[in-house]
Amino acid sequence: MNLVLISLILLLGFSSYFFGRKKALVIQSSQRLTALPKFYGYYLSIWCAVPALIIFALWSIFEPSIVKNLILSDYDGQILNKNELQLTYTKIKALALGNYSGNITNFLDNSANKYLQIKGIADNAKIVIILSILIFSLSYAYKSIQKNNRMREPVEIFLKWLLFTASLAAVLVTIGIVFSLLFEAIRFFQAVQFFDFIFGTHWYPAKTFVRDGQPDPELLKDAFGAVPLFAGTFFIAFIAMCVAIPIGLLSGIYLSEYSGRNVRKYAKPIIEILAGIPTVVYGFFAALTVGPFVKEIGNAMGFEVSAESALAAGAVMGVMIIPFISSLSDDVITAVPQNLRDGSYAMGATKSETIKKVIFPAALPGIVGSILLAVSRAVGETMIVVMASGLAANLTINPLESTSTITAQIVVTLIGDQQFGDPKTQSAFALGITLFLVTLFLNVIALSVVKKYREKYD
Amino acid sequence: MTEAKAKLLKQRYNAEKRFKLYGQIAIALALMFLTLFMYKIFSKGYTAFQKTWIQTEVHYDRDLMLIEGTNPTLQELEEADYFDVAYKAMTRLDPSLPEELDRQLIQMVSYAYEKEVKELLLKNPDYLGKIVPIRLTASDDLDQVHKGNYPRDIPEEDRRVNNYQLKIYDMLNERGDIKSTFNFSFFTNPDSREAELAGIASSFMGTVFSILVCLIFSFPIAVLAAIYLEEFAPKNKFTDFIEVNINNLAAVPSIVFGLLGLGVLLAVFHLPRSTPLVGGITLSLMTLPTIIIAARASLKAVPPSIREAALAMGASNMQTTMHHTVPLSMPGTLSGTIIGLAQALGETAPLILIGMVAFVNTIPGTPVDPAASLPVQIYIWSESAERGFVEKVSACIMVLLAFLILMNLAAQVVRHKFEKKWS
Repeated sequence: MNLVLISLILLLGFSSYFFGRKKALVIQSSQRLTALPKFYGYYLSIWCAVPALIIFALWSIFEPSIVKNLILSDYDGQILNKNELQLTYTKIKALALGNYSGNITNFLDNSANKYLQIKGIADNAKIVIILSILIFSLSYAYKSIQKNNRMREPVEIFLKWLLFTASLAAVLVTIGIVFSLLFEAIRFFQAVQFFDFIFGTHWYPAKTFVRDGQPDPELLKDAFGAVPLFAGTFFIAFIAMCVAIPIGLLSGIYLSEYSGRNVRKYAKPIIEILAGIPTVVYGFFAALTVGPFVKEIGNAMGFEVSAESALAAGAVMGVMIIPFISSLSDDVITAVPQNLRDGSYAMGATKSETIKKVIFPAALPGIVGSILLAVSRAVGETMIVVMASGLAANLTINPLESTSTITAQIVVTLIGDQQFGDPKTQSAFALGITLFLVTLFLNVIALSVVKKYREKYD
Repeated sequence: MTEAKAKLLKQRYNAEKRFKLYGQIAIALALMFLTLFMYKIFSKGYTAFQKTWIQTEVHYDRDLMLIEGTNPTLQELEEADYFDVAYKAMTRLDPSLPEELDRQLIQMVSYAYEKEVKELLLKNPDYLGKIVPIRLTASDDLDQVHKGNYPRDIPEEDRRVNNYQLKIYDMLNERGDIKSTFNFSFFTNPDSREAELAGIASSFMGTVFSILVCLIFSFPIAVLAAIYLEEFAPKNKFTDFIEVNINNLAAVPSIVFGLLGLGVLLAVFHLPRSTPLVGGITLSLMTLPTIIIAARASLKAVPPSIREAALAMGASNMQTTMHHTVPLSMPGTLSGTIIGLAQALGETAPLILIGMVAFVNTIPGTPVDPAASLPVQIYIWSESAERGFVEKVSACIMVLLAFLILMNLAAQVVRHKFEKKWS
């Protein structure tokens, strides 16, 4: 039904383009046109389709909840909680659509009939209202075409609004992220104290699982301490940085200052391949090759090493991050003005002295910015940690033990079927908003540092 | 004095040489990691493209199959009992084996052997009543033994292939009844719990659908947004806000988008779980900023003289943009889009959160059927304990990397072939 309605609207909109253009050609025979004929067509088809589509969209969004409220108003007398009401409504809907298998009570039957009745009225009303709006707006547009008004401006204004709406999409996504995270996180913090979450040192959500019923508040207090996760996240990011910063920075410097044109032309894109490999592939590599390798070496040296060590995950993550640092620092160093170099050479400095004493300090803000971006990337990295560093949230600074991170715990908590309303599920959203804020903070600083730096030398 | 100076100079030159060496070492290390990585994946994965078969004979015995009448229809053949026939085809390999130990022989072929016996007859109905040669898929353990990935010298109780099975294997191998062919079923089979039957068809279709959905949702919106921001937006606080937003969105961890998909698309809009539709929309939110940034950069690269010329000819702002600037910027925009899609192709975490890790053993036909995607398939298989899955994971990675390389090449080609050089 909806599909037919939409295709009808689109078909009418499409055909009114030709209609409008033809009308313009008719007008042309008697008087001068105020715009190209095709704008008459655009004008007519925009007025034909857009209002009807907007009403259609609004209707589809609001109809279900209105119908639901109308049906469930019958149940006001009975004391039911939200879940039971939802269940009843699902039953009524299933019964009305004829795929309900279960106990049919009289009350349920009445409701189902009422549902069908309301739905029928709503459907008919929808068709009538949308078609009448379509006819109304179409006749309005037709009249203004007949008057030979200026046709280009309204079409262009419409297009401009369309472009503007599209650019709002990015804002909408951000709002969506913040609200979806906040909504669940706030519910989580109703069950678990905020400070227990931020400062608690035990992360063991599985403990709170209780069949049928609310978990014990005492248990909740001790199960959701996120300190081990924060520590693990930054610890693994730190290990990654220990690998990525020296290699990335040195190769960035080499590429921009020493290497010939040919080496740079080939080496840079090849190193950047490292950033294009999917993270799940790195995860597999870390779990299957690097983890056992680290374990073997550690055991040979007499250390106790777990097969899923923070070191393996961090090292592989570091390799992944090398190109971020090398490419960004390469760009930053190349942007340092040549006269700084020339000045230094003129004073008799060698190339490496120039780099260390002149270029590096000049490029430092940009390099710091690129490192911060890399840290934010490491903090948000998920699959490597999930696959290579284990899932037990140990509070440790031993790189040979397994640790867990914010991202890994989000995945572990939400894999498989989730139950909304359970503190365990909600904890993932609380972790998510923490992650979002941390990376946002790092990004904002990094981007502003890089931007300031660019302005300085542009 | 001069001697001290010469010494100092030497020191300085040595420092110079050292520093240059460090740089070379760093580059070499980065390249070495890449080579090592590729080598590991390829050396583990190439065997997955070979399939091991066991050659034996099957007797399509009417009595065992419970077929009455001389000319059964296809329908009857479809419903016949193949259990005993298939069983006999395997036990025929070693008639001397006592009956209670038969299982050992059956374990040497895949679980689908009965189906394979059935399919051969359905393809050639005239085999009924005859003894014909047949190839059965070897079990994943035997497959690994044949490929040499499975050590034979460890104690029998630690091995998944026992001594008797190894003896039969050696005998068959000597007779030339163990065959290897190209593993077509890896590309045509859906996922399976059995490593020897598992293929990437289901996850591949899942990936294709999600990327298509992602393209449909992200490309138009991103291009329109980029046009607005680059060509029409007034310079004010709100536009700045949108810009900051886009830049930050590009750096938000992908898993946060997964949470968004879960919390909004599944919990509020009740879209079907585990489907490429939801996966694609989630990915499109992620690629949106990437495409916007690429499209803006390529709009910016169109020289102002083009716009000025169009405006001077009397075109309106909108006409200038739509007729000249946007078409000229398209190559850059498209190559940015392809790169954004390539990123989306490799994403795993957000898809896991919206449930695309479900075990799917059918090939999805539409974007609203449950499906996995290639990277998620890698994750699922790598979590599996069976040895046979290791090579499958590596092979799946090879397919995924091949796709990424293809897409990046396509982006390069689009950029270099169609982009106008302004100079």
